[in-house]
Amino acid sequence: MENKFLAYLDGRLKESERLDVEKHLAGCAACQLRVNEFRAVAGLLDELPQIEPSAAFDVRVRARVAAEPVKQGWWAWLTPSPRVAFAASLLLLATVWVASRPSELPLTPADVAQIDQELPALENFDVLAEFGALTDLPQPVQPDDAGDANPDQDQNQNQKQDQDSNQTM
Amino acid sequence: MARSDVQLMLDVKAGDEQSFELLLQRYRTPLVNFLYRMVRAREEAEDLAQEVFLRVYRARKDYVPSAKFTTWLFRIATNLALNSVRDNRHQRMEVSLDAPVTIDAEDGDEKALDIAEKHPNIEQYLVEEARKKMIRHAIDKLPEKQRAAVLLHKYQELDYGDIAKILECSESALKSLLFRAYETLRVELAPLVARQGK
Repeated sequence: MENKFLAYLDGRLKESERLDVEKHLAGCAACQLRVNEFRAVAGLLDELPQIEPSAAFDVRVRARVAAEPVKQGWWAWLTPSPRVAFAASLLLLATVWVASRPSELPLTPADVAQIDQELPALENFDVLAEFGALTDLPQPVQPDDAGDANPDQDQNQNQKQDQDSNQTM
Repeated sequence: MARSDVQLMLDVKAGDEQSFELLLQRYRTPLVNFLYRMVRAREEAEDLAQEVFLRVYRARKDYVPSAKFTTWLFRIATNLALNSVRDNRHQRMEVSLDAPVTIDAEDGDEKALDIAEKHPNIEQYLVEEARKKMIRHAIDKLPEKQRAAVLLHKYQELDYGDIAKILECSESALKSLLFRAYETLRVELAPLVARQGK
């Protein structure tokens, strides 16, 4: 019953509930007192004055709203910028142009004759490309133990040393 | 004929900025008052109210009129206020009824000397201010959720169902919450209640 006292004071009870509460109050002094005190509390709460928002309040709200970024929908990314659209169009045109070209030109009889003429060289191309003779050559001889290997060079070197010693003396 | 809140909000959704301005004018005072009574600091109340309007504006594109506009608005405000009160609880000082002679008028501090100039009947004025202070103090002492319930019930005159939605509880739970809150107020304000009853 107590939980209905506020709704009773607010006038928010159904007709049947209101009658029930009034019937109870008529026979219960304690509850009657309680309802009167709740009514007094509500009256006291009415005494508090309202405040007015400051003059700057509206200005601040408007400024914050104006500073909000423009919200775009999820589909916004589908709308390209003019530059991107232009570049994409050019790319598309280039792709279409390349794709529309014939993949191979037909061979003329002169082409066939030239190929026949160059065929032996082309057949040897793999052999030439993978020619390993140079890699099979022996390593060059080192100067220290080159006495037996290159007597001419050794003789020239000895002659040069003699000339140097004569100049020194 | 004035457009309803929902219609205004739908117009805002459609890009009509002027409708947002109308909503701002319609709810700026109730919202600032509600938040002021929740957080007991004017500047903070205005900051929070700005945040409420900003959130409403940000949500305009997704707005669906599934509930009353006021329910949505005060739900945002209540959540912000409850968070603020909880965050600042440790910083808050109890308002003392024995505080020195600065009068904590609703619109800010007023020096005693100014009061004497503005109010010829200073004694009566001080009695009235002490009475208001006692009422405010009683409201401040309520637990946050009870306080929000009382403020929404008493000052915004929202339906129980709407307040229950705002506070995210059942309607019966809300009635119990309100009953406990009024019981506390009745005890806290007993001296004034007794005089009021005479």
